[in-house]
Amino acid sequence: MIEIKNLHANVEGKEILQGINLKVNAGEIHAIMGPNGSGKSTLANVLAGHEGYEVTEGSVSFNGKDLLDMAPEDRAREGLFLAFQYPVEIPGISNATFLQTALNEIRKYNGQPELSPKEFLDLIKEKSEILNMDSSLLSRAVNQGFSGGEKKRNEILQMLTINPKLAILDETDSGLDIDALKIVSQGVNAFRSDDNAVIVVTHYQRLLDYIVPDFVHVLFHGKIIKSGNKDLALELEEKGYDWLTKGSLETQNV
Amino acid sequence: MASKTKNANAKSWYIDNFFDFQKKLNGQSGSFINESRIEAIDKLKNTDFPTLKDEEWKYTNITPILNHEFKSPLLTGNPEINAGLVKQSLYTGFDSHLLVFVNGIFSEEFSDLSGIPQGVTINSLNKLIETDPDLIKQYFEKVEYINTFNLVNTAFAYDGFVVIIPDNVILKKPVQILYLTGHKNETVLSAARNLIVAGENSQAKIITNYRPVYDNTYFSNFVTKVFAGDNSVIDIYKLQNESEKAYHIETTKIEQQQKSIVNHHSYSFGGKLVRNDINVKLNGEFIESHLYGLYLGNDNQHIDTHTFIDHAKPNCMSNELYKGILDDNSRGVFSGKILVEQEAQKTNAFQSNKSILLSDNAHADSKPQLEIYADDVKCSHGATVGNIDETAYFYIRSRGVPSNIAKSMLIRAFANDVLEPVNISALSETLSHQIFEHLHRAEI
Ligand SMILES: Nc1ncnc2c1ncn2[C@@H]1O[C@H](COP(=O)(O)OP(=O)(O)OP(=O)(O)O)[C@@H](O)[C@H]1O
Ligand SMILES: [Mg+2]
Repeated sequence: MIEIKNLHANVEGKEILQGINLKVNAGEIHAIMGPNGSGKSTLANVLAGHEGYEVTEGSVSFNGKDLLDMAPEDRAREGLFLAFQYPVEIPGISNATFLQTALNEIRKYNGQPELSPKEFLDLIKEKSEILNMDSSLLSRAVNQGFSGGEKKRNEILQMLTINPKLAILDETDSGLDIDALKIVSQGVNAFRSDDNAVIVVTHYQRLLDYIVPDFVHVLFHGKIIKSGNKDLALELEEKGYDWLTKGSLETQNV
Repeated sequence: MASKTKNANAKSWYIDNFFDFQKKLNGQSGSFINESRIEAIDKLKNTDFPTLKDEEWKYTNITPILNHEFKSPLLTGNPEINAGLVKQSLYTGFDSHLLVFVNGIFSEEFSDLSGIPQGVTINSLNKLIETDPDLIKQYFEKVEYINTFNLVNTAFAYDGFVVIIPDNVILKKPVQILYLTGHKNETVLSAARNLIVAGENSQAKIITNYRPVYDNTYFSNFVTKVFAGDNSVIDIYKLQNESEKAYHIETTKIEQQQKSIVNHHSYSFGGKLVRNDINVKLNGEFIESHLYGLYLGNDNQHIDTHTFIDHAKPNCMSNELYKGILDDNSRGVFSGKILVEQEAQKTNAFQSNKSILLSDNAHADSKPQLEIYADDVKCSHGATVGNIDETAYFYIRSRGVPSNIAKSMLIRAFANDVLEPVNISALSETLSHQIFEHLHRAEI
């Protein structure tokens, strides 16, 4: 699905990603954890094509194509989706119009016919029911005045509607109450298949009870310093990051 | 030195021209309004056109206007207008009473005055001067003067629109006034004096729509007076779509009585050099004044808005929201002055001016001025100039939306809080569409 090799990226001259290596196959779920400021969102943004980050070294291959060479919209059309840690409000554009535009642009690119308004409506109705989302949110402006939880749910609605190959969820669980967390996890699990993959960025083991990862990685200072299976998340929950990061700094100092 | 000569040349052009203009007036030369004309031209003899040294004109160089010799349509003759042009120039999708003016002169043929409710006046100033001078005399000061262009207006205005709503009448249909301007081979001066009077407890919606006959150089120079009686509600939509070579200057003076509400919406699409002055006097208690403006610039357009809000009495609120979307080499200017007089306790006055620059060569100036003499007031003002929001731009594109449509969405999002108060839904859609059209952007 995606293979990241020795990825380095700067923001405003400061190196944030310092050599990331990660391979995700179809059918897998990977969790990325790590302390605040370690570079998790930066990695997600770089993969989605944010132009504020400068890639200085490394490569990313996405289904055999050079991901770093593509504009953000082409990455999305090739099947990459990022659920934002902080979804953006867009006044004056209805949520439904926005999603319909997005979906049809992606379909056009892939040689599929555009959905008629009726087909589209049926589709988002079905998907918003999975997420227990109030249909009034569809006619409102994108994310405008949405509660924190509603914004996160809306990201997952977009994911379900677009049905990407690789979904990167950047702290989709933060700001969700227990019930919403379950519902959103159900949504993600409904999306999962052998043909797609998910990368979840999270601080909490709690989410991983619902979305069970195949692999857990710890990102620290722009590098993956430890990888393991789902038990690693439990261990982190118990011990925090200190036992890992101290070692990492020592190795760095050598 | 050069500008001094230009100033003098332009003045003597208008002064010399005035005699020829007077000869063409025939019947109107004896009317009360002609006394104002003569007074205005006398005053012009002793008044210079503003330069960049004038505080009120420091961002707007008017030399290009002085370089042209603009002539009254009484001297150039008026072009033939056909129904097709009128039709394509109108805002549609809703019923309206219609007044059409060609180079500032009323065209009865293309206007639609049918179905005007009893007692309501929707008509041409020139006609009313003949038929009912006493009705309008009371509302006209001899010379409305806040700048030198007003003198040119008063001297050369032959006509204008008049809307008078009697007490307790709610006008259901909006009034649309179409100003068609331009001449095939002359640089024409369209000067008009307009009047809106809303009686006590009355309500009206008025749309002024400025369009070219030919896409060439002309000068629209207007003065509009608005009286909002006790408890009245007036919505004014100024929709400026002049030719891209046109000069457009309008002074709007609004006087509000107690408990009245005025919503002034200004959309500036066309014009090469545009200057709007909007002066509001809140002359009673519990008044609301809402001023919304959206100005769009492309090429070398220069769009200048000056507002002056005079809070004269307590317990009123004014709210100004002006937004500029500036592309290419265009420049947007906003200057907003708020005066809170000593008596005007418990005033709420808000002002916001935001611009986005779509190109490196676009430019925006913003100048808030507060003068507050009362102590119990809430005033706020804010001005921002920025580029398109990169995070939002990335967010939209990350959903597969191409960059040009993503930009259009952000432009629409930026304009949203100005568009939202437009309470004629077909009009709001058309204006939204016009934003993309004017900026040569993809529709969404
Ligand atoms: N646009 C930017 N400008 C300046 N610094 C930035 C920018 N984006 C990220 N950074 C810096 O890069 C580092 C990594 O940030 P990032 O958002 O990737 O962390 P994170 O691991 O997602 O943290 P969190 O868990 O708090 O979300 C931080 O030090 C942050 O301040
Ligand atoms: Mg983050």
